[in-house]
Amino acid sequence: MQFDENEGGVRPFWSGTITFGLVSVPVNLYPATKTNRTALRMLGPEGVPLARKYFAEKTGKDLDADQMVRGYEIDKGKYVVVTDEELDRLAPEKTRDIDLKRFVKADSIPPLYFERGYFLTPAANSEKAYKLLVQAMEENGDAGIASFVMRGKEHLVGIFADNGILRAETMRFPDELRSPAEIGLPKKKKVTPASVRKFETLIKKRSKRDFRPADDEETERLLKLVKKKQAKRSNVVKIKGEEPEKSNVIDLMEVLKKSLKGKGR
Amino acid sequence: MAARAIWKGQLKLGTQKIPVKLYSAVSDRAVRFHILDDSKKARVKQHMVEPESGDEVPHEEIQKGYEIEPGRFVIITEEDLEALKPEPSREIEVGEFVSAEKISQQYYERPYYLAPDGDQDSYFALAEALGKQKREGIARWVMRNKAYTGALAGQDGYLVLSTLRNADEVISADELPKPAGRAPTQKEVTMAKHLVSMLEGEFKPSEYKDEYRERVMEFIEKKAKGHAPKLRAVKSKRATTSLDSVLAKSIEALKKKEKRAA
Repeated sequence: MQFDENEGGVRPFWSGTITFGLVSVPVNLYPATKTNRTALRMLGPEGVPLARKYFAEKTGKDLDADQMVRGYEIDKGKYVVVTDEELDRLAPEKTRDIDLKRFVKADSIPPLYFERGYFLTPAANSEKAYKLLVQAMEENGDAGIASFVMRGKEHLVGIFADNGILRAETMRFPDELRSPAEIGLPKKKKVTPASVRKFETLIKKRSKRDFRPADDEETERLLKLVKKKQAKRSNVVKIKGEEPEKSNVIDLMEVLKKSLKGKGR
Repeated sequence: MAARAIWKGQLKLGTQKIPVKLYSAVSDRAVRFHILDDSKKARVKQHMVEPESGDEVPHEEIQKGYEIEPGRFVIITEEDLEALKPEPSREIEVGEFVSAEKISQQYYERPYYLAPDGDQDSYFALAEALGKQKREGIARWVMRNKAYTGALAGQDGYLVLSTLRNADEVISADELPKPAGRAPTQKEVTMAKHLVSMLEGEFKPSEYKDEYRERVMEFIEKKAKGHAPKLRAVKSKRATTSLDSVLAKSIEALKKKEKRAA
């Protein structure tokens, strides 16, 4: 899960400030997407859940988190170590905040830029300024554009007002996208208006009013198989003699609800 | 240099079929780090161990299990997984079309460019028709043993197919409560709208550059030569409390800037 647990609740994925003009709105950022919950666990021959461990190649010894560092391979087999603190402090001043210097029509951004969604919730004492930004963007039909650094990467970001809530969509920088020319797509070819009309008719005929996101059929098929096996009591293992591990799965919805209601700060 | 196609197939719209090649529209620029053993500054490997004993479990003895309740698993064998794989197919089946604005940005995951693989006329006619209508086709296909749902759009005269997240991967804002706290006054809203309008313009992505990536690379190079610069921490800002005076100042500042630019 993408959360760090600490005393008194769940720490946001990122905390910072949104600014527009001279107005500052401190916010907390939480993921708006969930990862697949049905990931299979790796089990030993006896059915004991296994742990993934790093080990040193030369000695074969397991390593703990504090015995490992992050390195950039500058030459073959030669590394430069970079710490979290260094990565954090390297962020240019202006990218620590989401500074909305530009607003655009919310539907004018080509979808190929979008990467991942997050919700922003108001942090201490910022509710009024937060609501003000939401309402202004909603009524103008605008989205704010900025770039900011989150967890060791700078992101282009679009801030959208969505049902009274601010939603941040991380976006790709232009150099993270390839152009048709770079890929080597053929030059555009002029086509007859009649052939375009033919497709327009087909599109109109098959148009629906609303978008319905797809169900995860692969997961559903897996769950069906699990049920079948469970009913037949075949292939079911239980860890004997020990207390099962306490679940550390955090309900993202609960975290978001609490945060929006101004609790758990 | 021209890129290599990662997949070939056919777009299927009703009875119409358009042969296409698929190319990633994303080029990875992330600074790649490796996890190192701190004492040896050497690469590390991963393995699976029994948590109690710390003993390694070799790959061939590992089973996969679905946890039905804490501590109880249903074993899923390799044969099971094989049987669960979707039918292989070379068709990208386009079902319904929707207005582009109906698909929340949250669903878009990864874009691919489609290239015509013969029949260029149909390809470019479809791309133009989608662009003109501002609609996207909802497509389903199987690629490398995985089933995908995607949105087919016309982008600058070319076809872009973006994979879409599933319904249960996305939290929708309408499932959440509205934020607590006092609402702004009408006067404040009017001023904020004015301020936002003054900052409104076209989406020009070329105005933005990943400066952080450049700074990280620069730092790494300096550190490699043995003279890493000292880096300082920065404090965070506080919330604006007296909204209307700050809004007025913001608008004033922007007006001055415009005047100077004029």
